[in-house]
Amino acid sequence: MTAPLIGEAEAAAPPARRRVPRSVTLLTGCVLAGLVVAVAVVSLFWLPYAPDDTSGDRLMPPGLPHLLGTDKLGRDLLTQLMIGARVALEAGAGSVLIGGVAGLAGGLVAGFATRWMDDALSAFLDILIAFPTVLLAMLVTAARDASLGSAIIAIGLAMSAIVARLARVLVKRVLAQDYITASRTSGTSWPRIVVTHVLPNIWPTLSVNLALQFGLAVLAEASLSYLGLGTPPPNASWGRMLQEAQASVFIAPAGVIAPGVLLVVLVVGVNLIADGVRDVADPTRRRTR
Amino acid sequence: MTLLDVAGLTIRTGGRDLVSGVSFSVEPGGRLGLIGESGSGKSLTALAVLGLLPPGMTASGAVVLDAPGAGRTDVLGAGERRLNRVRGRAVSAVFQEPLTALDPLMRVGRQVAEPLRRRRGLRGRALRAAVLAALEEVRLADPERVARAYPHEISGGQRQRVAIAMALACDPALLVADEPTTALDVTVQADVLALLDGLVAGRGMALLFISHDLAVVARVTERVVVLRDGRAVESGSVGEVVRAPRHPYTQDLVASARHLDRALDWRTP
Repeated sequence: MTAPLIGEAEAAAPPARRRVPRSVTLLTGCVLAGLVVAVAVVSLFWLPYAPDDTSGDRLMPPGLPHLLGTDKLGRDLLTQLMIGARVALEAGAGSVLIGGVAGLAGGLVAGFATRWMDDALSAFLDILIAFPTVLLAMLVTAARDASLGSAIIAIGLAMSAIVARLARVLVKRVLAQDYITASRTSGTSWPRIVVTHVLPNIWPTLSVNLALQFGLAVLAEASLSYLGLGTPPPNASWGRMLQEAQASVFIAPAGVIAPGVLLVVLVVGVNLIADGVRDVADPTRRRTR
Repeated sequence: MTLLDVAGLTIRTGGRDLVSGVSFSVEPGGRLGLIGESGSGKSLTALAVLGLLPPGMTASGAVVLDAPGAGRTDVLGAGERRLNRVRGRAVSAVFQEPLTALDPLMRVGRQVAEPLRRRRGLRGRALRAAVLAALEEVRLADPERVARAYPHEISGGQRQRVAIAMALACDPALLVADEPTTALDVTVQADVLALLDGLVAGRGMALLFISHDLAVVARVTERVVVLRDGRAVESGSVGEVVRAPRHPYTQDLVASARHLDRALDWRTP
């Protein structure tokens, strides 16, 4: 018996397009985050003043020779802001790297685990999430020293629990899909299924969450620095700049506005990038745009 | 020699028997239909044959696959490594819902390529040619375009054809088809059924066809096992069962199938 060729009921769908669609979201995000990255890169080669140069008058308004003015110790604000950009990016990227890798690994293990093993891991993650980041940072600092590295490790650890819990749910959801069963019926091994099906299918959701975590990590580093658990002076962090300028906000508003604006620009930029990347990466969302 | 021998298969979870004492066998090139309503245990039986029962379910009895080239395998007792060698080559499957049976984020061509690459060791241009040949074999017009498409960009019938191509990629001795046409439009259903019928006959494959629809099972299989509440209530050749059903449930099935047929005859002058 021969089967007929495709009937009319199976009408042709439009051809799949190869071109990567332009995404306004992605472009905007890249511009905003790129601005901060550019500032950080410039700070590596050139700074208007040395970070510990207190030769300026205290709390000078924006103008010359200090473009953004000075802080209460007479340090140049622009210089601090530029170093802060570097610190913020390092804090965000470092914590997301630690939190993302550890969280994804934990989430995969928990996602594949069954029954008591899964329950035990979930309980452990809940405890870790309930554990205050500041306390965790103090422990890490006690074990190491008060530095950006310690802050990044603490933030990354706290983040990994949140990422792991999300990844666990995503993995479980993907594993329940028919295409996993279909793939297994053709004899695909588990590691191969993880690489070809599980990771690509959890990535769109996970990457958006990681971008959100990037923003939170920058903010967390700011609060840890304020408590003396983060970047030590003379290197500046935007968070500490905000805290130090807080008392003089009415006399010298530039000290609060400048780091605040850059913090928002970075966080919003990274979030837009995550959204844009998801739009571009997920073929089912492309056509609706 | 029997290709698949299921003896006294019992599947239980939480102290409840979902399938109890089901036995049947399939010869090389033979065709067997498993028929029953939802919840009768027919899909679980299919998963047990593939060694893919969900965690938390335990199976007892025996499921033995004896495919030429793959050796004798006790599916229920075998480890994952052993099963992975059997799956695809000795046994493969097509499932009910073709949209969810394909990875939404992967181009169709890559999904078909995956088993070809692994099993036949094809790479590069040879792999590409094999993918197109596989898509052509399931009678997809314009295989080039389909290979480039994502699953949501092709129709339900086309997706099921792709799923069939993937299942056949490793040339299995036994194909398990779990309600492969249920989710499709009636006209497409007939096409896909005819395709499956032709491919199985052409390759001399054995077929384990699972459906709730007696008419569909009668069309593609020679023998049939009727399942109800996890028990095999009747079995025999399709002709016997349709002509002289013994169990009341089978009588119901046959009567309702005939009733539908008659209703169609009534309407057509």
